[in-house]
Amino acid sequence: MAVSVTRNRFLSADFEAKQQRTSVSSEIFVKWLLIFLGAAFLFVMLILPLVLVGFEALAKGWDAYLAALTEPFARKAFLLTAEATVIAVLLNVVFGLASAWLLTKFDFRGKAVLGSLIDLPFAISPVVAGLFFIMLFGRMSPIYQTLQDLHVAVVFAVPGIILATVFVTFPFITRELVPVMEAQGRSEEEAAATMGAGGWTIFRRVTLPNIKWGLIYGIILCTARAMGEFGAVSVVSGHIRGKTNTLPLHIEILYNEYNFTAAFAVASILVFLAILILVLRNLVEWKLERKSERSGNHGL
Amino acid sequence: MAYEVELRNIDKHYGDFKASDHVNFGVNRGRLIGLLGPSGSGKTTILRMIAGLERPDSGDILIDGQRVNNLAPGKRGIGFVFQNYALFRHMTVRENIAFGLKVQKEGKQKIRSRVDELTHLIGLDKFADRYPMQLSVGQRQRVAFARALAPSPRLLLLDEPFAAIDAKVRKELRGWLRETIHKLGITSIFVTHDQDEAVEVADDIIITNKGRVEQTGTPAEIYQLPRTPFVADFIGESVHVPDYTVFKGFEAGEDGAHPGIIRPEFVEIGLNDKEIAMPLAAEHGIVRATYFRGSSVEAHVEVKGQILKAGRSLEKPPLQEGAEVRVLIHRILSFGDGKAETVENKSKRKESVVI
Ligand SMILES: Nc1ncnc2c1ncn2[C@@H]1O[C@H](COP(=O)(O)OP(=O)(O)OP(=O)(O)O)[C@@H](O)[C@H]1O
Ligand SMILES: [Mg+2]
Repeated sequence: MAVSVTRNRFLSADFEAKQQRTSVSSEIFVKWLLIFLGAAFLFVMLILPLVLVGFEALAKGWDAYLAALTEPFARKAFLLTAEATVIAVLLNVVFGLASAWLLTKFDFRGKAVLGSLIDLPFAISPVVAGLFFIMLFGRMSPIYQTLQDLHVAVVFAVPGIILATVFVTFPFITRELVPVMEAQGRSEEEAAATMGAGGWTIFRRVTLPNIKWGLIYGIILCTARAMGEFGAVSVVSGHIRGKTNTLPLHIEILYNEYNFTAAFAVASILVFLAILILVLRNLVEWKLERKSERSGNHGL
Repeated sequence: MAYEVELRNIDKHYGDFKASDHVNFGVNRGRLIGLLGPSGSGKTTILRMIAGLERPDSGDILIDGQRVNNLAPGKRGIGFVFQNYALFRHMTVRENIAFGLKVQKEGKQKIRSRVDELTHLIGLDKFADRYPMQLSVGQRQRVAFARALAPSPRLLLLDEPFAAIDAKVRKELRGWLRETIHKLGITSIFVTHDQDEAVEVADDIIITNKGRVEQTGTPAEIYQLPRTPFVADFIGESVHVPDYTVFKGFEAGEDGAHPGIIRPEFVEIGLNDKEIAMPLAAEHGIVRATYFRGSSVEAHVEVKGQILKAGRSLEKPPLQEGAEVRVLIHRILSFGDGKAETVENKSKRKESVVI
């Protein structure tokens, strides 16, 4: 009797072990299946396009590739993109710092409204943003005549492209800075104020060093978005070759002309810049993490 | 003597909330003041208004006889030690302390010697090149203190300087701070919600409650002559009795409620008549509990249905729970109509007259 009981228990233990083994092996199967699916998805959606861009760009050899890049319209488009990006990033650094400073270091009526208003460019479709600038500065605008008299062209000209880029990338820097500045509070600034430091000194010597890496991160994101912006810029640009064509617009035109090699050659530039930015971004992220580890002890 | 700092009729609202309600007080030169009150009673608000980090709705703030309401924080000649220290995290100890001097465009030589002097004062010469996060909390507190002192302010404001520090270090720092401030002779106001700390460190105490100043005075005055029910209750250990006229020696002719507070040090316990100074003035009581307090024993005795607390020396014979004892109540803090006063035991006087 006693023997059979032990034996039974033994059997059931054996059975359980077997069951566990099968469940473990099915777990391993699921694990590899998921890994495979993830990898395949990543390959098809991200790696393959990048490789294809490279292939297509070089399909007619290096000479054709370089010719497509050095062709005057391509060079113009590159310069315009660079110009719009640099100006948009510079303006947004100023706006971003000012608005983050305002949102975190001061109390005032309508603060919450301003906070959500800053996110508007994220929420709104870029095409709508473009149309908005057409309404504001184009033929239908009440100030159109005045602009004409002053010989200032906004819509279908470079200023319009810059405005559209600034608008679309507006929230990036503010959104990066607000949480950093919020977490740090105001007391360091107040301490500096009690020691007689003025607003500018406080900003430069106390606030800025504390938010440096957050700011750089915001600039990187802002740059990436500014370079690639298509929708809003497409609406306000008017697609004048050699004048108001940015890189993304230029690519579209080439593509529509069935000039695939050139289209992909120019696209490869954007891809290259994107990868560069990703690397930079990771570097900064790593830096930020290390920093937060080092100053992990709060209440300084 | 002119006040170093004076607040006159200060009111301050945050929205609908009244954080300061007709605050009036003056601080004499060279005094070390403890601003004591429960959490949310408006201590930090007062300190920040003196510093210029917050604006009063109405009233005047005077520093050295001059109205400073419209003066920027940096022009008031104050040093501020923040509750969380607010050290500049990307600057070393040395750079933190030098900040105020640099802002005021002092010469390099002078900055260096002043910083050396201060790091020496706070005993952190060896740590001068460390960053705040590489210091212990107690060390950070001292750096914050040195940084506030560096530009030689006439007035030092400290918000809960010991709050974040563990009990043992806190005791040391208290003594150190008191000594250092007195040595420097700088007028100082520090905020605390710990009455032991206020009593131990401060020359004078200002007690706040619900945005009002309840009482100002030396620790002894506050302790012995509380002027409002709040202070009577807040300071010391307080045992409330709903009607103190039931006790021997405190009988009153008129009717009505006579609420009072009896502190442990007002009560003497004797095992028998011989152990007590004036047996005729004493009540009978029953020991309900005793607690060892290290340097003494705290006894809870029941007298006329009330539990009273009293201290008892360890040198005297121990009290047994349930034992009958004599209880002499020397005095009671009474507060009938919003005012607190001490009432002495009347039968004590009678007895001494008889003798
Ligand atoms: N910036 C502010 N906005 C709104 N209410 C505030 C603000 N600062 C303080 N209060 C309120 O004012 C009251 C007094 O605050 P204060 O910080 O002066 O209290 P305290 O005595 O320093 O308290 P604690 O001991 O907790 O630090 C509190 O009820 C607080 O909620
Ligand atoms: Mg406070």
